[in-house]
Amino acid sequence: MSYVSLSEKEKKEMMATLGINSLDDLFCCLPAEVQLKRRLEIPAALTEPELVSSFEKIGRKNAAPGMLSFLGAGAYPHVIPHVVDYLSSRGEFVSPYTPYQPEASQGTLQVIFEYQTLICQLTDMDISNASLYDGASAAAEAMLMAHRVSGKSKVLIARTVHPQYKEVIRTYIKNLGLRAEEVAFTESGRLDPEDLTRKIDTETATVLCQSPNFMGVIEDLDKIGAIVHNSQALFVVAVAEPASLGLLKPPGACGADIVTGEGQSFGIPLSFGGPTLGFMACRKDFLRQFPGRIASQTKDVDGNRGFVLTLSTREQHIRREKATSNICTNQAWCALRATIFLETLGPAGLCELAIQNVHKANYAMVKLSGLKGVRKKFSGPVFNEFVCEFDGGWERVDEHLKSKGILGGLRLAPLYPELKDCALLCVTEVHTREEIDHLVGFVAEVLR
Amino acid sequence: MIREPLIFEISARGKRAFVLPKLDVPEDKDLLKGLPLRDEIRGFPEVSEVEVVRHFTRLSQTNYCVDTTFYPLGSCTMKYSPKVNEKVAAMESFLFSHPYAPEELVQGNLEILKTTEDMLGEITGMDAFTLQPSAGAQGELVGMMIIRAFLEKRGDARQVVLIPDSAHGTNPSSAHICGYRVEEIKSNEKGTIDLASLDRAMTERVAALMITNPNTLGIFESDILKIAEIVHARGGLLYMDGANLNALVGRFRPGDMGVDVIHLNLHKTFSTPHGGGGPGAGPVGVKKELAAHLPIPVIVKSEQGYALNFDLPLSVGRVRSFFGNFLVIVKALAYVLSLGPEGLKEVADVAVLNANYIRKSLENVYHLKYTTSTLHECVFSDKFQKEHGVQNIDIAKRLIDFGVHPPTMSFPLIVPGALMIEPTETESKRDLDTFIEAMKKIAREAAEMPAVVKTAPHTSYVRRLDETTAARNPILRWEGKIKE
Repeated sequence: MSYVSLSEKEKKEMMATLGINSLDDLFCCLPAEVQLKRRLEIPAALTEPELVSSFEKIGRKNAAPGMLSFLGAGAYPHVIPHVVDYLSSRGEFVSPYTPYQPEASQGTLQVIFEYQTLICQLTDMDISNASLYDGASAAAEAMLMAHRVSGKSKVLIARTVHPQYKEVIRTYIKNLGLRAEEVAFTESGRLDPEDLTRKIDTETATVLCQSPNFMGVIEDLDKIGAIVHNSQALFVVAVAEPASLGLLKPPGACGADIVTGEGQSFGIPLSFGGPTLGFMACRKDFLRQFPGRIASQTKDVDGNRGFVLTLSTREQHIRREKATSNICTNQAWCALRATIFLETLGPAGLCELAIQNVHKANYAMVKLSGLKGVRKKFSGPVFNEFVCEFDGGWERVDEHLKSKGILGGLRLAPLYPELKDCALLCVTEVHTREEIDHLVGFVAEVLR
Repeated sequence: MIREPLIFEISARGKRAFVLPKLDVPEDKDLLKGLPLRDEIRGFPEVSEVEVVRHFTRLSQTNYCVDTTFYPLGSCTMKYSPKVNEKVAAMESFLFSHPYAPEELVQGNLEILKTTEDMLGEITGMDAFTLQPSAGAQGELVGMMIIRAFLEKRGDARQVVLIPDSAHGTNPSSAHICGYRVEEIKSNEKGTIDLASLDRAMTERVAALMITNPNTLGIFESDILKIAEIVHARGGLLYMDGANLNALVGRFRPGDMGVDVIHLNLHKTFSTPHGGGGPGAGPVGVKKELAAHLPIPVIVKSEQGYALNFDLPLSVGRVRSFFGNFLVIVKALAYVLSLGPEGLKEVADVAVLNANYIRKSLENVYHLKYTTSTLHECVFSDKFQKEHGVQNIDIAKRLIDFGVHPPTMSFPLIVPGALMIEPTETESKRDLDTFIEAMKKIAREAAEMPAVVKTAPHTSYVRRLDETTAARNPILRWEGKIKE
């Protein structure tokens, strides 16, 4: 298939305009000795029907999407209202670029402005940017931002922050002279305040914790925030499961200085992990140190309201190496989906969704931990994920579940050696009681 | 004209656009009692479904986009995005794949990733690829990290990265975030890297030279082989920003020209839609000496199938969660497979033909600071029009009245009043001619009735917006109250 729109006659006319006889002449300034003198070794072109069937064939090699899954751990199955797919697939949203020319991009810009407002409302923070790549890199950007704001180089990270977020943070900070230490968790599954108090000092730029944390446990953010602020450090809260914000006290109301997170739960399918979006919100005093695109309301020459990208003096295209971040684009289309999702659900829908998550996860947790040989690992309250410990280890349970067409959960041992026989399970509003009962029944079969 | 309100302004208490199925497990009020609960979400919108649909449909209609108009935004490669690629990426087997699903149950996804890596390797002449970076800028950062890890392993930590003054702003910023000091290389009168300056600057402190080729003027660095030789002779590495690969694909391969590390933008050369500013993808390709430093995980193929390898002690680490922007990668692979080798070569041929046709047609109408021949884009300036008080921003805004998205403005920085035009290969001659006529008309207007240009746009949804006030007193969120 070719997507070129010129006929052979038109090509010839254009070449005549340029005074050339061959398209090769256009490339005469390139060194001939390195010109590729053969065809690229890639398969011959496919027509549209061939292309579709070849991807259908590859797709059939994925068994997982057809299975009943209780996997979460940073990527959550949630309902997606049909209007999200319908509206976000409009070419006017899919095919423009970054709104550099605001007069020709008001749709994109107003959506960003609404998105920023929704993120501020949900997190209870002053300002939001137009989105970042994903939850993990957003957490890393938050660490760099805290370093810029505080001038300090030590970051404390709760051990219960998503392991991939921690890995990305380590990758980002290691060339910049920052150092990271972990803060332990207690038997409740929550951050250990004593360990935090021990490790926090005047050199600490920031403390990062996640709530609900990687174990699914809801942190006591008020308590952590008080300890952090007592030491003049910045309190950063990561929200990997933002559906929780429909119900739980937002980080901004608990003293967070920066809130960062993963927006996948808001209308974005699992997508094998990407694309999704990272969100970031902060107190307004940090505006000049904020990374990423930001949209602002303004007026046109007739006095009508309009929106523009603003504060570009923070950004790489103006400041070059002195910019707050190297990020250029945001994840605009994913942020559009999140905006449509949130505006469609509204406060009642989002709250109801969160309440269902709490109920269903707790229902599953109580049922599972009621089985002989299964124990709930942590005593802290959970949102839609929980950790259970299985006598004889998780692997044999997992194998049995897979044979029944169920993805039961994530084995924690590779990520947390201290949680050897444990698995992390996720239950959301998409799981029916019948499906949960199935899971419990099959687990019981193994342990009987 | 109907002005679309903010969703918050049409919201009213109690309206719903979506209802969940009833809770089917026993309700337990005590469950919530133990949790830190929030107050109501202040200001959150409550609307009906039809209101949501009309709101976003109307907003969409105020956007200029590739599906409706010529969009010659230079350096951004705003080519048409084939629709079948959207369909392929929306197949349930990809859409509903959990990233923590066991390897043996997502073999199709791993096959897609590995196949894409291999094809990008063949197209660019590089030995190994990572698809993890989420965007071009993150690709640059990963590329810099790989260079740093490689040099440190060699016991030769260096401090400086050289970057030409014509480079995209993300280049110096990415090098800086990788802990490097940036030194600028001045362009010569041809618009390319000055070999003498490079020769002076390229010392043992320099880790890498970061070039864009063709550069942001659309000019190919014809001394590329000498450049590579100078950099390599002093122990440095050559990084190439592959943003402009569209000009070369199928004809020239960066890996054959001495490039050690490259990032690509799948949303440029490989047609994945720009989405209003993301998601894109910024794969990084390296020569084999550097492959040990690629981010984890790396996909390996064996007789048992595809697997993920996390055990790479020299890896720079992970740069984002999971496997990158997977669905974007699916679309890029679909694009490569539908074009095939001949189709990819035609991309470069026609992209360069279209750009040169525009350049030739406008070269006496708008000023060309650099007259060196160009490939896929050309950079004019407003020098002639400035004599009448008309600047590049005015020309750009006036184009909106002609139904065309403006070119990239004021970049690269070495061309004052720049208008950077990249038509891509997918545009018809008719669309090119319409654009050329509009540009000529605007030039005439600038001379004869400059006020019309200086007050443009006249017909758009909003007229010229006050960006200065926005920067001085930004309003970054809606602060009103929802109607009862």
